[in-house]
Amino acid sequence: MTAAWTISGAKARQGDKLVLDAASLVACAGEVVGVVGPNGAGKTSLLRAGLGLLPMTEGEALLSGKRLDELSAAERATLVGYLPQDRRVAWNLPAEMVASLGAVDLPEAQALVVARERLARVGAADLAKRGVLDMSGGERARVLLARLLTTRAPLLVADEPIAGLDPDAQLLTLELLRAEAASGVAVVVTLHDLSLAARYCDRVAVIDVGRVVAEGAPSMALSPEILARVFRLDGALIETPAGPVLAARRI
Amino acid sequence: MSLLRLCLIMLGLLALAVVFAVTLGETPLALSQYAQALTHPASPPGEVLWTIRAPRVAMAALVGAALGLAGATMQGLLRNPLADPGVLGVSAVSGLGAALAIACGLAAVPGAIELAALAGALLAGGAVVAIAVRLREPEALILFGVAISAFGGALTALVFNLAPSPVAIAEILAWLMGSVENRDWTDSLRAIVPMAGGAVLCLKAGQGLRMLTLGEEAAKMSGLPMARLRAYAVAGAALLTGAAVAGAGVIGFVGLAAPHMVRALVKDDPRRTLWPSALAGALLLVLADLAARLVPTDQELKLGVVTALFGAPAFALLAWRAARSWRS
Repeated sequence: MTAAWTISGAKARQGDKLVLDAASLVACAGEVVGVVGPNGAGKTSLLRAGLGLLPMTEGEALLSGKRLDELSAAERATLVGYLPQDRRVAWNLPAEMVASLGAVDLPEAQALVVARERLARVGAADLAKRGVLDMSGGERARVLLARLLTTRAPLLVADEPIAGLDPDAQLLTLELLRAEAASGVAVVVTLHDLSLAARYCDRVAVIDVGRVVAEGAPSMALSPEILARVFRLDGALIETPAGPVLAARRI
Repeated sequence: MSLLRLCLIMLGLLALAVVFAVTLGETPLALSQYAQALTHPASPPGEVLWTIRAPRVAMAALVGAALGLAGATMQGLLRNPLADPGVLGVSAVSGLGAALAIACGLAAVPGAIELAALAGALLAGGAVVAIAVRLREPEALILFGVAISAFGGALTALVFNLAPSPVAIAEILAWLMGSVENRDWTDSLRAIVPMAGGAVLCLKAGQGLRMLTLGEEAAKMSGLPMARLRAYAVAGAALLTGAAVAGAGVIGFVGLAAPHMVRALVKDDPRRTLWPSALAGALLLVLADLAARLVPTDQELKLGVVTALFGAPAFALLAWRAARSWRS
């Protein structure tokens, strides 16, 4: 089976700094892949390079087996939906219009129908007519998640989708992304919360100074050695009834 | 409110303003003379209405529409409620072109000032297009516009400095203050061609402007050809501004204020703001020109002075509101 997303040997620079140093990542249909790592390790750079937003000096990226640089903007949008970390919205558009921006391939009326359905899916059906700047941060995050789902792409990439959300909204967001994966979509998220990464991801890729240093099932990738070496944490994942929890202290 | 209904209401208001602007003026006419003007366009009252006032009103409406549309486009493109063609530096360089032409003694050559102003706007617009494709951040584009603006202003000051005669200085100053005095129908016809081109480009960019609501990266991944749409928007706004400056000199704040009059009525949508902004700009400038004519002063007020007097406080108010919303 072709992977939804393959990044191999990606090298990229931002100014003089090498932000990616031969980093690789694979995401297949039906799985949630978590990308974790310290601040500035290259999580966002890896996503951006794999999406064509950050030029790679070496390496290549494939979307559903097709070379990224051979795809038009419209073709690329049918293969991947992207939720950037920057969730500022410039104008006070109604939520349903914001969500409908995920479906530029559809006529406006049809896009709105899809958008309303996705808003309902994220539990924001009652917000459809509200302006997004009149909402709380959590409500706006739901609307933007609905916009991501409106793309109907086989690969959904979300950069820190739970940053700044309250605990309930964090769990809801990750559960919604899991549900998308269950329906056959490949999901890639960057996360800072290692407990939630371990709980909601099928696989975790740990990135440090531009390299993927560990990759696999959460319990393997987030081993005590990696926690110590990459995150400077002394601790381990502990199984609890609610799922794995990171118990650690600073080294 | 639906877009069509809003546009029809704006058109109605504009038509009303145009009727007032054509009927009212410095030369008072009796009712019988209005009747005469309507039935005999060649009669003296007809001359006043159809060859003095009407072309002037038409020019004010065209320039206002161009500036309103350019402003709405730039605000959408830069995701900034304070943007207007002046931000790009297009007005400044356009004014520089006109100033240069006058200083070189080309004022007597028909169309020379207009062409120089248009050339200046296209030069600045071209520079902005070239840069905009490389600079992805809207803030960077604004800063670049500020730089162009400052440079255009500096060169215009240099033209003043080196101007051969006080007459040339007075002429340049008159141009920079902006006016639609003594325009005839050919002026409108000459302005309408680049304006139509600019309007088509801006309207084609509409969906891209709407997508930019989500930010640069989300827009880039949306599937729309954003680099092309962005270039349309910048080129269209430059063309509209250049044609406006060529037709009426430098007139500020209309491009800033017009979109704000209609934005809330189309639920903030940058795409559906475009047409109503053009109509609002036309309405604003027709009324401003009427005010310039009717306010009894020894020297007729310049249109650019009137818009600046009302526009600068409006700008301060908008800046205050924007700053408050950005803080939260």
